[in-house]
Amino acid sequence: MIELLFLLFAAVAVGAAINVLVQKHVLYSSLSLIVLLTAISGLFVLMQAEFLAVINVIVYAGAIMVLFVFVIMLLNLPSDEDGADRLRWLKLAGIPMGLFLLFMVVRTLWNVQSAPAAPELAGTAQAIGASLFTDYLLPFELTSLLILIALMGAVVFAKKDL
Amino acid sequence: MIPLNWYLILGAVLFLLGVLGFFIKRNIIALLLSVEIMLNAVNLTFVAFSSHNGQINGQIFVFFVLVVAAAEAAVGLALVIAMFRNRETLNVDRSNLLKW
Amino acid sequence: MIEYLSSREFLILFAKMITIFGGMMTALAYTTLLERRLMAFVQMRPGPNRVGPFGLLQPLADGLKFLFKEQVVPTSANVLLYYAAPVISLVPALLSFSVIPFGPDLRVADVSVGLLLIFAITSLGVYGIVLGGWASNSKYPMMGAMRSSAQMLSYELSLTLSVVGVLMIANTLSLSSLVQGQQGTWFGFLPKWNIFLQPIGFFVYVFSGVAETNRLPFDLAESEQELVAGWHTEYSGMKFAMFFLAEYANMVTVSALATIMFLGGWNGPAFGPWWLQMALPTFWFLLKIGVFLFFYILVRATIPRVRYDQLMYFGWKVLLPIALANILVTSFLVAIL
Repeated sequence: MIELLFLLFAAVAVGAAINVLVQKHVLYSSLSLIVLLTAISGLFVLMQAEFLAVINVIVYAGAIMVLFVFVIMLLNLPSDEDGADRLRWLKLAGIPMGLFLLFMVVRTLWNVQSAPAAPELAGTAQAIGASLFTDYLLPFELTSLLILIALMGAVVFAKKDL
Repeated sequence: MIPLNWYLILGAVLFLLGVLGFFIKRNIIALLLSVEIMLNAVNLTFVAFSSHNGQINGQIFVFFVLVVAAAEAAVGLALVIAMFRNRETLNVDRSNLLKW
Repeated sequence: MIEYLSSREFLILFAKMITIFGGMMTALAYTTLLERRLMAFVQMRPGPNRVGPFGLLQPLADGLKFLFKEQVVPTSANVLLYYAAPVISLVPALLSFSVIPFGPDLRVADVSVGLLLIFAITSLGVYGIVLGGWASNSKYPMMGAMRSSAQMLSYELSLTLSVVGVLMIANTLSLSSLVQGQQGTWFGFLPKWNIFLQPIGFFVYVFSGVAETNRLPFDLAESEQELVAGWHTEYSGMKFAMFFLAEYANMVTVSALATIMFLGGWNGPAFGPWWLQMALPTFWFLLKIGVFLFFYILVRATIPRVRYDQLMYFGWKVLLPIALANILVTSFLVAIL
């Protein structure tokens, strides 16, 4: 039963990722990315990381992607033109190369096994908070500084006249 | 319990799709989206290792990856708006003024 | 898997799902009637009272009307997104009912991160409005969608931060535990509701909730005087009914969360024979949600709309600092006491 759910989420994730690449208009690509994010949140829930699954949806699908969609609608972008596509032969040659790379990576990862006696992990808010605010306090504070810098940078870059 | 290598292979496939998108696409916003696909694949791998080894550190690192992705998306989109204002196009092939 | 589907446990769960879903859909239909009657009484007129006694069959008539209307699609609309937008708006709105506890065991699922799940699902509801406005390919829906997405994104921040104080007191994210933590009374008569511990959090939550559901005084997305009908201008018939239902479902979700976190959920005095005691918690819960719905509708009937820049100023420069100060003070007090 759980394998069926994994296969479902994995198929949706890979399909959405391929759709991001295939679509001509960038708005459809963003919407496919939102589908990918919800599929990945489903996979997180299967791995008992339910807090991260919900945070993924709130932060990524609910805020970052809204920003993407907002910018695309504000700029009123047309579909990508299919004009002089100098890269067409390169793309056609790239797909077998990509498949070969995929084959090499999968061959390496096929025999990976986890440590057999792994303790059960509950990905609840308590477990993450207990570790985040004691062992990883410095990186936590530094990421808040990073967000402040990104905030100032975004405001300065998007201003019409400084 | 799903074996670890299934999650790792799925993460690898998604990461490679992101890399493929980054090389093929010419629209800047599509490039940013491919970077987001890569970051999500990395998140999946981290959480897979965290749940199969019983340690919480993988999930903590996913937090930091999420924060960095948010910051990068915000600044990247601000740059996209500035670039669109100057050039009226988002095609990276047209931004070749520094090419000799 | 087949033996789970025919087990007694699943059949009880299925019965609960049907009860909650059916009950909520009927309640949403009658909320439309409540709104029209209440607004009419405020405006000194009777409201719909012809169809059935006191107008009680009006939602049925409205539903039949929506079903039989002609499906009009604008020529230059983006057909896929145009049809998908009402669905994207309605599904998250109804999905939130799966984790809300209507009674001590009348709930569909008890997720350990239930509160965050509802916030995640409502933040996905923004896409219905944004895509509906964009797919209609016309200027009024576009403006309504832009305004609405910026507004909903801004007020989601203060909405989420205003409940952190309650979470610090209750130490749990699961909605059933939040309700159970408010059982009992202080001094024999004052119920242990979080509203007495977190009054500022309650007010910030109510204001953010009203802004989040696009209701007056924050409904610039569909301001009737300026934007014809905002993002759902080009929608008619069943698609409009889905947007309509999604808005009311969001209202009921925000009210349900407010009662669970601040007003004690299904806690209330229990009396009478055993069958009455089983039904009373759900009755108290629905009564408290009804109080919030009355508040929503009366505010809509009385208060004028704010301007867009006043709206943004209020969200970012007033509510957000107040919510942050609330978190600071609450964490200080929780650490000391």
